[in-house]
Amino acid sequence: MSSQAKNISNRILLYGDAILEATDQEMSVDPNVFVIGLDVADHKAILGSTRGLVEKFGPERVITTPLSEDAITGVAIGAAMAGMRPIHIHIRMDFLLLCMNQLINMAAKAHYMYDGQLSVPLVVRVIVGRSWGQGAQHSQSLHSMFMHVPGVKVVAPSNAFDAKGCMISAVRDNNPVVFIEQRHLYYTDALVPKHPYTVEFGKTRTVGKGEDITIVAISAMVIEAMKARELVEEVSISAEVLDPISLVPLDIDTIVASVSRTKRLLVVDNAWTICGAGAEILASVVESLGIKNSIQVSRMGFKHTTCPATPALEKYFYPTPVSIAARAYEMVWPNKPAWAPDAVKAEMAHQLKFRGPF
Amino acid sequence: MQDESLEGIYRSLRLIRRTEEEISKIYPTDKIKSPVHLSIGQEFIAVGITSVLNDDDIVSGTYRGHAAYMAAGGSLNKMMAELFGKADGCAGGKGGSMHLVDMENHVLGCSAVVGTTIPVAVGYALATKNKGSDQIVVCFFGDGATEEGVFFESLNFASLLKLPVLFVCENNGLAIHAPIESRWVTKALCERVETFDIYTSQVADGNIFTLRDSANKMVENIRVGKGPGFIECMAYRWREHVGPNEDFDQGYRDRAELRKWVENDQMEKVGEMLDEQMRLSIDASIEDDIVAAIEYAEASNWPDPNMLDKNVFAG
Repeated sequence: MSSQAKNISNRILLYGDAILEATDQEMSVDPNVFVIGLDVADHKAILGSTRGLVEKFGPERVITTPLSEDAITGVAIGAAMAGMRPIHIHIRMDFLLLCMNQLINMAAKAHYMYDGQLSVPLVVRVIVGRSWGQGAQHSQSLHSMFMHVPGVKVVAPSNAFDAKGCMISAVRDNNPVVFIEQRHLYYTDALVPKHPYTVEFGKTRTVGKGEDITIVAISAMVIEAMKARELVEEVSISAEVLDPISLVPLDIDTIVASVSRTKRLLVVDNAWTICGAGAEILASVVESLGIKNSIQVSRMGFKHTTCPATPALEKYFYPTPVSIAARAYEMVWPNKPAWAPDAVKAEMAHQLKFRGPF
Repeated sequence: MQDESLEGIYRSLRLIRRTEEEISKIYPTDKIKSPVHLSIGQEFIAVGITSVLNDDDIVSGTYRGHAAYMAAGGSLNKMMAELFGKADGCAGGKGGSMHLVDMENHVLGCSAVVGTTIPVAVGYALATKNKGSDQIVVCFFGDGATEEGVFFESLNFASLLKLPVLFVCENNGLAIHAPIESRWVTKALCERVETFDIYTSQVADGNIFTLRDSANKMVENIRVGKGPGFIECMAYRWREHVGPNEDFDQGYRDRAELRKWVENDQMEKVGEMLDEQMRLSIDASIEDDIVAAIEYAEASNWPDPNMLDKNVFAG
């Protein structure tokens, strides 16, 4: 949390409103900041996160586009090269696959391959869907693809406080930043200071302290992990939950320090595990601690299938507080019979509300 | 941008031709550490277009970008050093021939992925328009790039917002080795572009002055806010797709095609319009410049190993 953020007012904001406020504030102070994308100026206003911006700043700074994601990504990159600070918005991250050529071949590389003569201060906002039959092409969180490529920053704020601070940091950053917003987080709120503040990238936050196991949770999985943390208290397991907030840059040191105490690391990602952020985090921690520190590691994430639309199958697709709690127990007590939380408490875990900043 | 006098046009044509001829001579020595896509024979397009621009207009080129870079006034020394992979190259040796850049002289970075620079040029034009500048952006690309979906997406968006961009298609009839007949249902490229409510012009006579007239009218329209323009300029690639050599022995095209373009070589034609003493003096000064650029590249250091990590991210 930045120093400016310490002066927290009592005001509570929803996740989307926090992003809106950050956007509004940055557009107000910097005429180079503009919003571009499909539907950014319509009545639905990207789940309300662009509400009122076109009325306030005009259509030249809140640009509705044709369905031309490839070109519009290039347009945003070109405008960024010319000194502007575009925020390019996609209602689903799946559509980012249409932008990969520009993002990977141009945005990520421009500063390096032109040896600093050009830079690309671009924010790419993406929403990751879940449930209501979002299915195969509205549910993907492809952050690991971007983590793989040098030159792109990747952030996935898990609460409204971080969403505002990260958005302001992203807009002010001189690099392309992929800004990941899990859809369910739009229902969450947090204490959000009214004044502009930044959340620095590359600082893993300790969301809940613990001694027995370190759970690194990404994006909305922070909420699931916090629920799991409550559940495992029943069996006297004290879980430490960490939120990396930014995946690039990734603050691995805080994670290593935690794991060197707890000796157990579980990474819960809001994505597939194979070649994923979890694999990267586990590998980095193991490399850092070496074999002399016998630590246990495990990963959870999406089932390695395409996301099904029907809730009857989808409920087995995602990690849940119950499955995270059970995995944590198994890691702490590998020789005991498997445990799952009491059904009533597990049900209640779904109603637990965590209000950031964690 | 470039001197639009006859001498200036000749100088630019000659400089590009002779520089690339020297590059093709040096290439087999392995001193050049980058694949080269030569513009020999097509220089008149870059020179013709840039000769009607203002000094602060922006030029966007491709991996076949030596001509656009030099015509726009990009530093010859830095280009040569870049090809040699040296620290004093325009991109510190990190870009190579396909990624020339010189923002001091308004040359936007070139790209090796066909079509990628088109929307980027449009975006740059969006920014110049929003800033109230009267700069325009010229976006060079080949006929192959017009087959990419992003080309049409970019035309539509640029026209929708009436952006100050001049699209210039250097149509040399080949995408690598595939002839246009195997790629296009019809050759009516300008017609296709016109449907986006964009002014178009085809220059088929290979004449730099026809091209200049056409470009002048386009640029005038663009500067007064009428939106983008599009020029399709027919040309011929005299050398192989990539590399220093000719490739007429490869069987995919006939040397007879080359002959008519050589007979109409714009460098020679413009040179003939000059007083001979004047021309010889320009020629001599160009040879000096090229020798100096090669010496500059040779003398330049290799980039320090710690440069590998530099500029992954902007500060």
